[in-house]
Amino acid sequence: MHEMSIATAVVEQVDAAARDHGAVAVEKVRLQVGELAGVVPSALDFCFELACAGTLVEGAKLETEAVAARARCTPCGVEWAVGMPPDLGCPRCGGARVELLAGRELQILGVQWAERPVGASADQEG
Amino acid sequence: MCRTVELRQAVLARNDDGARELRAELAARGTVVVNLLSSPGSGKTALLEAELGLARARGVPVAALTADLATENDARRLARSGAPVKQVLTDGLCHLETAMLREHLAGWLPPDTRLLFVENVGNLVCPASYDLGESLRVVLASVTEGEDKPLKYPTAFGLANLVLVTKADLAVAAEFDEAAFLASVARVNPGVEVLFTSVRTGQGAGVLLDRALAVLDGAEAHRPVMAGAPGHGHSPGHPHAHGPGEGHHHGDDGAHAHPHAPVAERS
Ligand SMILES: [Zn+2]
Repeated sequence: MHEMSIATAVVEQVDAAARDHGAVAVEKVRLQVGELAGVVPSALDFCFELACAGTLVEGAKLETEAVAARARCTPCGVEWAVGMPPDLGCPRCGGARVELLAGRELQILGVQWAERPVGASADQEG
Repeated sequence: MCRTVELRQAVLARNDDGARELRAELAARGTVVVNLLSSPGSGKTALLEAELGLARARGVPVAALTADLATENDARRLARSGAPVKQVLTDGLCHLETAMLREHLAGWLPPDTRLLFVENVGNLVCPASYDLGESLRVVLASVTEGEDKPLKYPTAFGLANLVLVTKADLAVAAEFDEAAFLASVARVNPGVEVLFTSVRTGQGAGVLLDRALAVLDGAEAHRPVMAGAPGHGHSPGHPHAHGPGEGHHHGDDGAHAHPHAPVAERS
């Protein structure tokens, strides 16, 4: 299950960014996951929680934005949603010269810092 | 007060950058990496054994790195070819990453190696997401695995530069529907070449070696549609397939630093 490696990579990058920004904790991490990225969001959620333990990211919420896969045929210009499992052959001309427009994204879009460690309970909030 | 920061960082950026560097370093000294992916039991080791034997017979300096969760059985088997072979035990990790590969190549890979075969962990899901600095990604499927395998593992098959069908001698017994398999492959990876092999009958003997040598000579490997996608840095086989004399020529990479030590020092 490579979702653990992916979750670890996310946490490492967010943790580093938090230190760069002088943030003490992370409220939310926004992730973009393409339909063809080869990642199962529910497995990623589970792994993210484990990977966060003991880091500045602990307690952060992972928000996953799915990106539908789309392709365009180079010769005939038609665009289509490739679906899952993907159909990457041109539906109009059957050509094999195709360009994937979206669907393999796997990136951290952004983070929202928290004022104090998220685990340190909200009721301390005055 | 809530502060929000845009990062837009590729999750696998570290691996993908490392893979580009490794590919360039190896290309500069005339080494091409072939990354072999398949599910367990597809006959990957048997095919590799045959190809290593042929490479040795033809005088091609070849080496193999074989990854498994446990046991060194594959390395022992491959070493009988006489080629340098190294076992990578992943201790349960389901795939190889570039940093692991770099670590294992250091001080081991003979400097005159032309082809390095990397037998990835037997698994069609996880290894698919990791560029290892290869110039040729080959996905294997045996005739006993079902014609819809490419649809079940679209990332692995979708990013392949070459698809090899193994155990072709069993096709009739397994009622393998060749047309259905080819249609599945074409759907996830239009235009990719599919070759049939059998270690038992010798069908397709040397095809893997021939394709790898062609890439070494500068032939461009098939470029999968999925490899060109936005938001993702990796593109196995994409014109990094430079010949030995070509040195560093990176149209799309731009300039890049080489912070790591060369993978194999002459000692
Ligand atoms: Zn078309």
